[in-house]
Amino acid sequence: MTDRKTISAAGPAPLTRRTALKGMAAAGGLMAAPGFVRYAQAQSSAPIRIGFQCHRTGIGAAYGRWYERTTAAAVKLINEAGGINGRPVEIVIEDDGTDAGRGAEVVAKFANQHKTDIVYGTLFSHVVIGSAPAAGELKIPYYVVSEGYHVASGQLNRWCLQPGITDVRAQVTSMAPWIAANAGKKVTMIYPDYAFGYDHRDYLPPALEKAGAEVVAKIAIPPTESSFTRYFPQIPSSTEVLYHVMVGPAVLTFVKELGEFYGSSGPKLFGFIDSLEAVDINSPGLEYLDGSHFWEGSPRYAQAGDSDAMKAYRAAVGIDDNGASANDPRDISTAGHMFGCWETLYVIKQAMEASGYRGPEDRAKLVEATEAISTIAEGPEHPQGDKVFDGKIHQVFGHQYISKLEGGRLNVVHKTSIEDSRYEPEADYTAQPF
Amino acid sequence: MNGTARLWLLHAAVVALLAALNFLLPAYHHGLMARILVLATFAMGYNLTFGYGGLLSLGHAMFFAAGLYGAGLGIHHLGLGVPAAFLAALACGAALAFLAGVLALRTTGVAFMIVTLMFSQAFHLAILYFSAFTGGDQGLVLRPQQRRIETMLGTLDLTDPTTRYLTALALFSVVLFAMLAIVRSGFGRVLVAIRENEERTRMLGYDTFASRLAALVASGTICAAAGAAYGLLFGYVGANFASVQYSILPLLWVLLGGAATTLGPLFGTVFMYYVVDIASGYTSAYMLAVGVILILLVLFFRKGLLGTLRERWLGWLP
Repeated sequence: MTDRKTISAAGPAPLTRRTALKGMAAAGGLMAAPGFVRYAQAQSSAPIRIGFQCHRTGIGAAYGRWYERTTAAAVKLINEAGGINGRPVEIVIEDDGTDAGRGAEVVAKFANQHKTDIVYGTLFSHVVIGSAPAAGELKIPYYVVSEGYHVASGQLNRWCLQPGITDVRAQVTSMAPWIAANAGKKVTMIYPDYAFGYDHRDYLPPALEKAGAEVVAKIAIPPTESSFTRYFPQIPSSTEVLYHVMVGPAVLTFVKELGEFYGSSGPKLFGFIDSLEAVDINSPGLEYLDGSHFWEGSPRYAQAGDSDAMKAYRAAVGIDDNGASANDPRDISTAGHMFGCWETLYVIKQAMEASGYRGPEDRAKLVEATEAISTIAEGPEHPQGDKVFDGKIHQVFGHQYISKLEGGRLNVVHKTSIEDSRYEPEADYTAQPF
Repeated sequence: MNGTARLWLLHAAVVALLAALNFLLPAYHHGLMARILVLATFAMGYNLTFGYGGLLSLGHAMFFAAGLYGAGLGIHHLGLGVPAAFLAALACGAALAFLAGVLALRTTGVAFMIVTLMFSQAFHLAILYFSAFTGGDQGLVLRPQQRRIETMLGTLDLTDPTTRYLTALALFSVVLFAMLAIVRSGFGRVLVAIRENEERTRMLGYDTFASRLAALVASGTICAAAGAAYGLLFGYVGANFASVQYSILPLLWVLLGGAATTLGPLFGTVFMYYVVDIASGYTSAYMLAVGVILILLVLFFRKGLLGTLRERWLGWLP
């Protein structure tokens, strides 16, 4: 007679047909149970859900439209390449109406109703700042593509990150040396009298001073203004460069009236493309801008030296060589900013893979993994260029482009170094508890 | 049961139902309902002057923002605690309503609407102008540690969902019962009389200017309380809450729910909030749904949901 115990101790018991059938039945029953199925999916194949807080309506709608297209293109490629941690990515979109109050509600909706893993994609700074407390309280990572200085300033919380687009302070800081060396030493600033303008107002003068130039006048224009003629006499005659960052539909009137004021003469012009995102640069009334220079986060027009990664990115998001929709040449993109969506999604992918992200229980690990990123290489995932991420202030730093408007298109004349845009950090989010 | 007891019981039942929802609602709707309760309080404040007083104001965003900034700036710049900040907000709302009332109540009808709109726009632009102090259009974030109340029994953390909901409900309930008391008082009846026929009310010996001013100050204080609660409970103080949109919204909430009904503002706010929330899941043209509903309202429920109910079936509703 064989002693089963003895045999067991010596090695595995022989598998009989009866025990095999029992085991298979038990395993089958377990797998058929609803709870098990959900668990198994959550661990293996359930999609990673990313809540996209989108400006589908309101003042940010033009940006929202292109942010949505860029997001869809990036997610398609990510999924075709196997997703994140072997799981497909699913984008859940909610319109925030470019409204701060609704923005916070949308963050709560993502966290509590849609059960998304993270929230992503917001542009307008008041929506980001209005939504940040909700993200912090709900402890959900909030990846913004906003370019405002609010993330790096430390006024938000540890759950808010901006790893895919540089901030205005960095952009302004990096423009100053070029302006001083190439455009002129005496600069008059014209900017909208609200937050976007204030980042320029506060950070350009010290940067110019460091570069050996100076701001001779600052002209703030109220956001409700529709005619600008009465402001132009305030521009000092000593002005060599007029630095303008007007935003919104009034920019067409602004440029037209500026042209009428100066005629064929006048100071050199330097502007931020934010003024003309989603606007045809050859629109009637913008002729006066010909020959002037612009900051661009990423070039709108295809350039002769574009990398293969940049060409692939432009094809994937569906923009032609003029930066317009491949399907409709009148539909101008927001190329100067929307690359940030593409690159942010790839940073999220990188951080999720580094942290072995499985679900909401790993959200803190995901933030820590993002904070641990330091250098980002240029390539298909980051076509705009290589970058440096500062985990303490949750802000990425990168190259900036200066383009000249000539012959009806913007040609890149200078690419700044990453170091040109660096400034002393004023915060440390990593010191905050989760 | 006499009429008075029935009214108080009805309102107590509504508050009890809202309290029960604290335990029943899923997380998202729980948070949304906390916001709705605060904004319904705002709408109740608006209803006092618009519904009962007959004053169509387009400037109540100013009072909401006065509370929002009164509390927010007090905390941000002066380091006030939550109770002191809330009281400061009430004082700001009352003072602003008094000043605006003294000037604007010299007008009536369309002129009153325009004057209040101008005051409100000036207030909004002032917030933008003094951006170094107010944060401009970006606004200010109130940190979680600034939104705690130290009591003898422990710390009341306004970032906690349950505490937030119950605090919003407490504010809503206090204002709801205060409104019920006001509209059933002699003062409330005088307000309605002024709305119906100012000349006749004056001829009866009432000081109509003083009554309307008192109503506007009470309304401004209630709206400021709602604004302060919004900032303290949700942690954000922003200039968009002072824009004309936030003067029109309480008007729509009150029209939907029923002007000059005590519970109408709650129903209107809940209804409109959920129309936007649900419709936005299907289309970016969700404001079209709001527009269609308003057209239907004008065609079939001219006095709003509760106003129509009162007119047709429940004449005893206050």
